[in-house]
Amino acid sequence: MIHPIPSGTRDVLPQETGEVRAITDTLRTAFDRHGYGEIYTPALEYESVLARADMAEAQPAYRVFDETGVVLALRSDMTVPIARVVATRYASSEPPLRFCYFAHCYRGVRPQRGQLRELLQAGIELIGSPAPEGTAEALTVLCRSLDAVGLKDYRVGMGDASLFPALMASLQVREPVRHGLLEALVRRDFVELGQRLHDAGLDGQAADLLLDVPQRRGGPELLTDAPEPAVEAVTGMRRVYELLDPDVAERVIFDLGLIRNIGYYTGAVFEVYDPALGTPIGGGGRYDELLGRFGRALPAVGFALDVDQLHQALAGEERGTGLLLAGSADGAGGGALS
Amino acid sequence: MSPIHGLKIAVPRGALFEGTVDLLAALGLDTEELRANDRKLLFEDIGVITMRPSDVPTYVEAGAADLGVTGKDVLLEQRGHAPNEHGRDVYELLDLGFGRCTMVMASKAGPDPAVESLRRLGVMRVATKYPRIAARHLEETGRQGEIVEVKGSVELAPLTGMVDAIVDLTATGTTLRENNLVVREEIVVCTARLIANPVAHKLKAAQIDALLGQLRGLPAASAS
Repeated sequence: MIHPIPSGTRDVLPQETGEVRAITDTLRTAFDRHGYGEIYTPALEYESVLARADMAEAQPAYRVFDETGVVLALRSDMTVPIARVVATRYASSEPPLRFCYFAHCYRGVRPQRGQLRELLQAGIELIGSPAPEGTAEALTVLCRSLDAVGLKDYRVGMGDASLFPALMASLQVREPVRHGLLEALVRRDFVELGQRLHDAGLDGQAADLLLDVPQRRGGPELLTDAPEPAVEAVTGMRRVYELLDPDVAERVIFDLGLIRNIGYYTGAVFEVYDPALGTPIGGGGRYDELLGRFGRALPAVGFALDVDQLHQALAGEERGTGLLLAGSADGAGGGALS
Repeated sequence: MSPIHGLKIAVPRGALFEGTVDLLAALGLDTEELRANDRKLLFEDIGVITMRPSDVPTYVEAGAADLGVTGKDVLLEQRGHAPNEHGRDVYELLDLGFGRCTMVMASKAGPDPAVESLRRLGVMRVATKYPRIAARHLEETGRQGEIVEVKGSVELAPLTGMVDAIVDLTATGTTLRENNLVVREEIVVCTARLIANPVAHKLKAAQIDALLGQLRGLPAASAS
């Protein structure tokens, strides 16, 4: 008999559960060692509460009516529920506050792409600690946790969500054009970005900058010759970088075009890459304005790892058959990082 | 012979094959075996894998290739339908300029049957291999349509009266003319594009940028 389960959901059997549990236990120990207390929140929340956050593409996808006709939604991340917890249960607590979580989140999917509707996230939120110290702490916890689970070749890309908007503002890009440029960048379509810049009639130098800057990525040398309008964001990144211990700093790649598809990020954003996997393992960033929407304005930063992706990357590294690794068997790969 | 900058590249078989291989040759890759053997799929020593164009984004998105060449038509068709929905998670780095085609809407010569259908029946029936592009075009132009997806020669569909119009890619328009079809609307011009895996774009940044620099330096590539 066939009793299907919804696409993008999975049953996890003992062998896999054991391996996943080993990863989450190690992460939990690492988070705990840095002072992050684990919390649970309900998977179902009032839609009106979750809607306070600007989730852009990651907004809740599944809704139900309860017995009184109120709309409930399955959470799509843990950052927003934790913002709610801080504003209500910790309304007068002295910051900073440190939380970690291991929780299933629910996202809409594109069909036939192996995307999960229900994904297990492991992450932390550091509330009330501004940049650059808070950001540096989050990056440190991230790297120490990945080290603890034994992931070897990962890198953390760091960018700034405010960089491209600031660039557009200072180059006098007209308001109606900005949306289209940002959209092309979010879609990582540099051909369209170039075309839109051309169509907008921007002068050559401004257009060149807007096309070139978001494609810059590499080591700390990237931070020294940033163009004037990007200086503020780049200086922010350098301040964070200077606070990092060498073993964390060497994991960081700077990416001036990094942009996350969640709307609430305000400053530094990051993504975790591993050559054994074609997609990011997780990411995060600063969301200094989100808590204010729930009534307790505090700067905040956090990250979430996709546990299944992390598991795949670990398995890929172990087998030495990582997809991207295979292409660089001659040793040329990874040269950008050192 | 080794791969260009250690990168693995997905090369499309079919109409874009020649242009892509010429480009790789201009970059200094030994493409002799690639040209000679059209049944082999994997050319490990030069870092090339070959496949049909519509599979290129799939392999690149998964990281099975760092870079790939495919048509803008393929990328548009695989783009998400809703306004804020992502398509394939790949970076589109460069317009390579070759393989220039136009996505058109065409119908039988004479009075446009699509116009009459829209007026009298409220919908037009459109046959295509590109159901998403066709549906998006109808939506953007405020018309109701019924999309009929076909796999083979699209030109047959309006000739048999099954549909009012077709949406298809045309380079010269010869096939359309031979089947007594005329272009009613040009939807979008499509050329070959260079795409990259998002993780490779970060972890192999120096190699990819070196290749991009070489490509922009070639006279043929129109680096827009």
